[in-house]
Amino acid sequence: MTNTSLHFDEMLLETDEPRNPYQTYFEWFRSEDVKALRRKSAEAENFFRRIGITFNVYGQEEADERLIPFDIVPRIIAAKEWRTLERGIEQRVRAINAFLHDIYHRQEILRAGRIPREIIAGNEAFLPEMIGVKPPGGVYTHIVGTDLVRTGEDEFYVLEDNARTPSGVSYMLENRETMLQMFPELFSQLKVRPVSAYPQLLRRSLADSCPANSPNAKPVVAVLTPGTHNSAYFEHAFLADQMGVELVESTDLRVEDGYVSMRTTQGYQPIDVLYRRVDDDYLDPLTFNPNSLLGVPGIMDVYRAGNITIANAPGTGIADDKALYSYMPDIVEFYTGERAILKNVPTWRCSEPDSLKYVLDNLADLVVKEVHGSGGYGMLVGPAASKKEIAAFEKKLRARPANYIAQPTLSLSTVPILTKAGLAPRHVDLRPFVLVSPNRVDITPGGLTRVALKKGSLVVNSSQGGGTKDTWVLGD
Amino acid sequence: MMLGKTAGGLFWMFRYLERAENTARLLEAGWHIALTRSEGDSNEWQSIITTAGMNDAYLEKYDSYDAAQVINFMLRDKDNPSSVMTAITAARNNGRLVRTALSSEVWEATNECWMVLKDLLSRPVTERAMHDILTQIRFRTSVVRGALHGTMLRNDIFAFARLGTFIERADNTARIMDVKYYVLLPSAAFVGSSIDNAQWEVILRSVSAERSYRWLSGGESGPASIANFLILDSRMPRSLAFCAKKIGENLGHLEKEYASRQESNVQVDALCHRINSQTVDTIFEDGLHEFLSSFIADNAKLAGHIEEDFRFYG
Repeated sequence: MTNTSLHFDEMLLETDEPRNPYQTYFEWFRSEDVKALRRKSAEAENFFRRIGITFNVYGQEEADERLIPFDIVPRIIAAKEWRTLERGIEQRVRAINAFLHDIYHRQEILRAGRIPREIIAGNEAFLPEMIGVKPPGGVYTHIVGTDLVRTGEDEFYVLEDNARTPSGVSYMLENRETMLQMFPELFSQLKVRPVSAYPQLLRRSLADSCPANSPNAKPVVAVLTPGTHNSAYFEHAFLADQMGVELVESTDLRVEDGYVSMRTTQGYQPIDVLYRRVDDDYLDPLTFNPNSLLGVPGIMDVYRAGNITIANAPGTGIADDKALYSYMPDIVEFYTGERAILKNVPTWRCSEPDSLKYVLDNLADLVVKEVHGSGGYGMLVGPAASKKEIAAFEKKLRARPANYIAQPTLSLSTVPILTKAGLAPRHVDLRPFVLVSPNRVDITPGGLTRVALKKGSLVVNSSQGGGTKDTWVLGD
Repeated sequence: MMLGKTAGGLFWMFRYLERAENTARLLEAGWHIALTRSEGDSNEWQSIITTAGMNDAYLEKYDSYDAAQVINFMLRDKDNPSSVMTAITAARNNGRLVRTALSSEVWEATNECWMVLKDLLSRPVTERAMHDILTQIRFRTSVVRGALHGTMLRNDIFAFARLGTFIERADNTARIMDVKYYVLLPSAAFVGSSIDNAQWEVILRSVSAERSYRWLSGGESGPASIANFLILDSRMPRSLAFCAKKIGENLGHLEKEYASRQESNVQVDALCHRINSQTVDTIFEDGLHEFLSSFIADNAKLAGHIEEDFRFYG
């Protein structure tokens, strides 16, 4: 592989020498046979199938369980780089929790004029039902997956804050497990910081947010899944299993004597902390979407009475709403009194006439996203789009400008993947996982590296041809 | 403490695994007799369908009991709830549902069993492939059972898994005998006739007991001793007495763990008592068919009590 690309490659310098954190790995790789490594790669795939780490694809009947492709070349992050990221993420997550508390209580930030009121008032992600509600332990986002991209040596940007129900942590854990099995020799040569404590930390931080007046001797935690047909069911079962807590569905739950209880073989048992993997809208048919069969009728009353912790709290979506994204540096500054350590991607709000004009004039160079979209759907990647696609998108944009934001196409960093011909650079992003409890913030050293497997592609979403890599944070 | 849904999922996961195994055994026995018999009598294929209780469903699709049709119906037909593929898929779906209650070994063995069979049974099965497929079914389900025994805690989770196994197994053994009860009746026996010998062999093979029976019976075979072996011999792991004893033990475990005696405890004690107070002579006197049908009904009722007592469903 020759690094002639314009993009920042995390492994190789322009001279084709490895960068510092990759030195040991690169030596090792050069002494390995590519064919043998390709076989290892196939082995990894079998391993994933056997453990059932698959995801369901909506709308596909038969072959409905698919694997997310896994690439066996690790993404390596130096200790020093990680420290900066860690500080930046913690700052941002603390600010987000402070913001959520404020926005559902006194709304100081609106009074101070740092965010326009209409962005909150007219926003579907803002839940009026949460106004004045105090979550047990005071935490709003117990689990955050901050999406980061890199564009240069010290250039990291936050792409999204994922403060609702970030997924993918099971891949972080299983990818590592696979790498440990396949390449034990690398782990004995390199000091890779472990990620395996995550499930125990998750359980502890959930239990730490237990309601004060729990009827149970020890906090009872459960994971709420929409069911086996959900695309992330594997992860829900995996996390419940690793934490040693029950995995429940709506049919296992009911509200009884002011608590949310689960039906056990010996009767109903009150739950203290519900790690729900069901969206706000489906959480309580009595409060939100009345047609939901995935939630628990009456759970919001229990919540308001302080008798259950819902993680993440309902209404956290307002913090990772794309319409708010561009205000994040202000939010961080407002609540922490410090400048944001991590950069925000420059963003044009199409609701503003000047910005809209700029965006329309430069569609071919920009990435335009729906304010409420996710999963890489409904967006335009200007440089990769055809004239026809751009024209079609322009129509949508003109019809509902407030529904869109635009950002420059970032020159995302690359990390090599293993192809038939050896190493080849592909664009990546990074989602570290953050746990918040009333008294601490834990960031697991590593995260989920998503990689666009198609040459030149910038879309890393698994639903659109993305794969994953193990992420190694080196110790000092 | 565990979720009622999880208890139900475990119970059904192991019922379905047992069912898949039993279906495979039944086919193997039928296939064996079909190969070793001189005249082309197709009765054996019909009795396989009858034992599985799938006559109506089968006749909706086919009008004759042709070997290839029966084999494919019993191995891979999606409309047949007792076909090996349906049962394994259902076992695996239940396994996914109760993933948190299983050790990773048990889950992976189940998932792999499903993956292998899904591939093997994706195409119509030819007679040539039968042996390999039946071997795989037996092997793969054995791995699951081995993982269960080797890696699971002996708690309520294990008890519900075992209850599913033995309820299904008891039902299966009783059905096999009931479909062929007439060859076990002394009045109908032409002692030494090759037809009866062959029929007895099928019964024994269907419960993988032809060798153990011969060891125990010292070479003698006859309807009364076969009936005794399959109903009352508590050394035989597929006999009704053995299954009832195991169901009793596992419910007893739950009674102790939960410190609460349930209707199902009462029912299983009564069932065990009914079996243990019989001899093969009294069974024949009162009617073998009557005995078997009332056993099948009691067993089904017991399953219903278990489901209710432990809140499988909301």
